Amino acid sequence: MPSLKSFRVRIASVKSTQKITAAMKMVAAAKFRRAQEQAVAARPYAERMARMLGSLAGAVSGDDGPRLLVGTGSDKVHLVVVATSDRGLCGAFNSTIVRGARQLIRQLLSEGKTVKILCVGRKGRDQFRRDYGGRIVETIEEVGRRRLSFADARRVADRILALFEAGEFDVCTLYYNRFKSAITQIVTRQQLVPFPVEGVAAGADGEAKAIYEFEPDEAEILADLLPRNLAVQVYRALLENSASEQGARMTAMDNATRNAGDMIKKLTLQYNRQRQASITKELIEIISGAEAI
Amino acid sequence: MAEKLQFELVSPERLLLNEPVEMVVVPGTEGDFGVLPGHAPMISTVRPGVIDMHDDGQVRQRIFVAGGFAEVTFERCTVLADEAAPLAELDRTGVETELKGLRDKLAEADSDGQRTAIAARIAVAEAKLAALA
Repeated sequence: MPSLKSFRVRIASVKSTQKITAAMKMVAAAKFRRAQEQAVAARPYAERMARMLGSLAGAVSGDDGPRLLVGTGSDKVHLVVVATSDRGLCGAFNSTIVRGARQLIRQLLSEGKTVKILCVGRKGRDQFRRDYGGRIVETIEEVGRRRLSFADARRVADRILALFEAGEFDVCTLYYNRFKSAITQIVTRQQLVPFPVEGVAAGADGEAKAIYEFEPDEAEILADLLPRNLAVQVYRALLENSASEQGARMTAMDNATRNAGDMIKKLTLQYNRQRQASITKELIEIISGAEAI
Repeated sequence: MAEKLQFELVSPERLLLNEPVEMVVVPGTEGDFGVLPGHAPMISTVRPGVIDMHDDGQVRQRIFVAGGFAEVTFERCTVLADEAAPLAELDRTGVETELKGLRDKLAEADSDGQRTAIAARIAVAEAKLAALA
């Protein structure tokens, strides 16, 4: 039977853990709200960029378009960009992304393709290092530690572009968690290179169908627009990811706080029972001692 | 003039401006162009420079942009800017020191990629200075 003192120590330790998880939940909630606001604020730019790209891509004809749009003409080497968090304690957030990416990698490998991995965030790298360590070309850490800015996203995009220009890969796919709610995040796979444009057909309203004049000309604008579009896509994904991360952490910490509460209740019950037992035992000893005289 | 043009200025991080104006003058790569309501649809790249917003025949606001894209339709003008700040908020000495720092960096840069990246930033800083002059 554990002693009364050991019970008291355990209850105290669980209580302090509970305090930490409760505080972490509050912090995550505050960060979560900020991340959500940022994601909403970034939406107009992405929308207009997509609209512009749609009308441009329709104007540039088929095969002689820029390589970021039409691809290199081969799909031998794949680059998988896995966006995860730098910190843990956020439930299954990182594992689900990695699981999704792993599935794709396995499929690509079985098709005889070459796969390279670019990790954004420390947690993804840690999980991949075990089995696909040799395939990781680079890890980018501490992205948007304070506040995710467009410059951070651009840094990631520039790395991807540099690799592309060096001919390191043909197809690039990005994995991240799309934010649905604080409890639900959806692992999302998005192709970055070649970039799938929804085309002019997407502009159902009359305005988007308007015939544009281009200055300087389509090809030049597109050459400028595509790298920037890549940065915007990465930015959006990272924003979604950080909102998801904080949401996941919020739920995880809420669960942890509740579990700690349950544990305290259970331990207190056991503690009281044992205390009662020892009092009863002492009484019996005294009474039987008195009777013996 | 009763008719107005909806002018939108968007940076990757947020929507900066969305208001009706009489005319805007945008620094396109192939020269400045003025946009009035009913302008023919067009897409243009934007060089680092100053956007002028006109109202009642006067310049109401001047905004510096560090390049981007402009989309013009009959009733709207949208500028996707990389970086934007009202001209009044730019600080001359700050820009000058930045420019100097960048020039030093350019001398130290050892790869072509770095050089073009820094050269682009120098162009932006120079445009800022020109706008302030």
